[in-house]
Amino acid sequence: MKGKEVALTVAEVTREISYADAGVEALREEMLRDETIIYLGQGIGPRGGNFRQTRGLWNEFGDERLRDTPICELSATGMAIGAAMAGTRAVVDEVFLDFSLEAMTQIVQQAANICYSSNGKIEAPVIVRAAMGAIRSAGAHHSHSFYSWFGSVPGLEVAVPATPYDVKGLLKSALRKSGPVIFIEHKGLYNTKGSVPIEEYLVPFGKARIHRKGKDVSVVAVSKMVNFAIEAAIALEKEGISVEVVDPRTIAPLDRDAIADSIRKTGRLVVIDEAGPMYGFAGEIMAVACEECFDALDAPPLRICSLPVPHPFSPPLENEMIPSVNRIVSKVREFMTA
Amino acid sequence: MEKAVVEKTVVEKMDVGLLLELYDGMLKLREFELKVQELYRRGLLPGFVHLYLGEEAVAVGVCSNLQPKDLVYSTHRGHGHALAKGLPARDVLAELWGKTTGCSGGRGGSMHLYAPEYGFMGTNGIVAAGIPLATGAALSAKLRKSGQVAVAFFGDGAVNTGSFHESLNFGAIWNLPVVYVCENNLFATEMAFDRATKNTSVQSRAAAYKMLGVEVDGNDVTAVYDSAKEAVRRARSDGGPTLIECKTYRIVGHHEGDPGTDYRTKEQVEEWKRRCPIRTLRDALLDTGRASAETLKSIDEGVKHWLDDAVQFAKQSPQPLPSTVGDHVFGR
Repeated sequence: MKGKEVALTVAEVTREISYADAGVEALREEMLRDETIIYLGQGIGPRGGNFRQTRGLWNEFGDERLRDTPICELSATGMAIGAAMAGTRAVVDEVFLDFSLEAMTQIVQQAANICYSSNGKIEAPVIVRAAMGAIRSAGAHHSHSFYSWFGSVPGLEVAVPATPYDVKGLLKSALRKSGPVIFIEHKGLYNTKGSVPIEEYLVPFGKARIHRKGKDVSVVAVSKMVNFAIEAAIALEKEGISVEVVDPRTIAPLDRDAIADSIRKTGRLVVIDEAGPMYGFAGEIMAVACEECFDALDAPPLRICSLPVPHPFSPPLENEMIPSVNRIVSKVREFMTA
Repeated sequence: MEKAVVEKTVVEKMDVGLLLELYDGMLKLREFELKVQELYRRGLLPGFVHLYLGEEAVAVGVCSNLQPKDLVYSTHRGHGHALAKGLPARDVLAELWGKTTGCSGGRGGSMHLYAPEYGFMGTNGIVAAGIPLATGAALSAKLRKSGQVAVAFFGDGAVNTGSFHESLNFGAIWNLPVVYVCENNLFATEMAFDRATKNTSVQSRAAAYKMLGVEVDGNDVTAVYDSAKEAVRRARSDGGPTLIECKTYRIVGHHEGDPGTDYRTKEQVEEWKRRCPIRTLRDALLDTGRASAETLKSIDEGVKHWLDDAVQFAKQSPQPLPSTVGDHVFGR
């Protein structure tokens, strides 16, 4: 693999760019590097993407490589997989993660299985890109966060970046992989900004990032909940509670070591998840704690998740459903004083 | 059913070498599946199998027009497609047996036969799933200017799915080098086609996407061959996709173990057995004097040896080691 991961402290020159633009940069650089890459999806051509996630790419790469599709996620995804199997690396943009449900059979039954079932003879270097999460009352059909479902499928790798730096580095890595990657951004993060090196870099899959060092409690979160965890950590620090924020960045592969190392240091685990509590990411991280470092736990782990209800519309209801910074602060405070 | 399955006038005009190849190809598929049936009934093959008996003219008629580099996406009833695309019988039978020497190393089985080295991109356990994959492969071929044609085989059970309609639309709007081949065997498992849809003409659905649709007698290998030849020519010369509906019939149940007569009459099955694509071609070859009994006999014997070799090979091949269960989940 060409390129290397460059830590922010090492990179001499950085600039602030948005989470959306970081993805565009990754795509642009990789599409210039690898002429086989094509991009399929709705509104990703001249419109530049519903979330501006492909802005400017159509002007540079044209209709051949930036292919607006009709509204048919199932076959658009199947075609991306078929193209990838035949030698054309493809990105298919579902736009909303919710819409990936239309394509689930192709993702789970075809893309994830092909390498294994063919005894390694056929690979499907396809990226399924989608945006998840709550954003200003989008309602029940446009707000899902079921990223962890993909993590339970052998053969899929799943990235859930929280920062512009990780969007760019992980997307570039994904575009060099031999198999399918589910690349899930957060709708509520596209306009956030962060430092991104000018120099080329990659972020490897399966390597967590410690956003804040702490000694009292490990808070594990991905995607937008990382930002909430950091805000909560800043507030809790003023109260004398030192929070370590661990962001796995990819849930498959999962950096079990980094999570366990943090728990061994702090003795306590809190998981924050924008998805509901049942059978998901939070439960998986708690299982890691039990399997890897049970003896290090000073208290039963705590999970702070969205409430297990369909996604409500009205702002007071939506705010009640999803973990907020305030809720995280009060729950962690309670957890630490219990 | 009035028309002869294979027209003597056609057989009189076609190249005899080609006719004998078509006969040999179909006979291989037939004998292979009969052997699979026998081995399965003896309890030697794990899993379950959907036999291609009765539909041989479709796979052979289509694949005889393809080059090794062309890409075929098949179905759950796909042993015939694999063999017709050039896979050695050894590789297919060993896979059905779950052996390491199978085309998928024993990881796949009947519905996961893969051999990209022969342009065979997979049988498939999900109805209609190969249609978008083939369409995507055609997009890849077009972008790479590889000159490849992609072929999607599917049954009448697939044509009421979203995958079928969405993919035909894609194939048409992007003018892709793909041939959609419907094997209309009149039953989707147990569901009769005229109960599954009001419009029982599959080829007519092509018009909805401004695509050319043709219907052929799927038991007449010469008719299938001619239709596919034109469709492949069109695809390869950037003329866009074609939908070919091959009217055919499986003369056995949906899968081995299903008698296939709970939802079909014995008379219908017998009627279609009389329309056997192999025997009717054989008769036409003999009646027209295009081939002698000796020539056909030597082909028959060749097929027998070909099959015996595959059985010996598959039988003697090793089982996979349990310790390899985790290999190839991810690629290189």
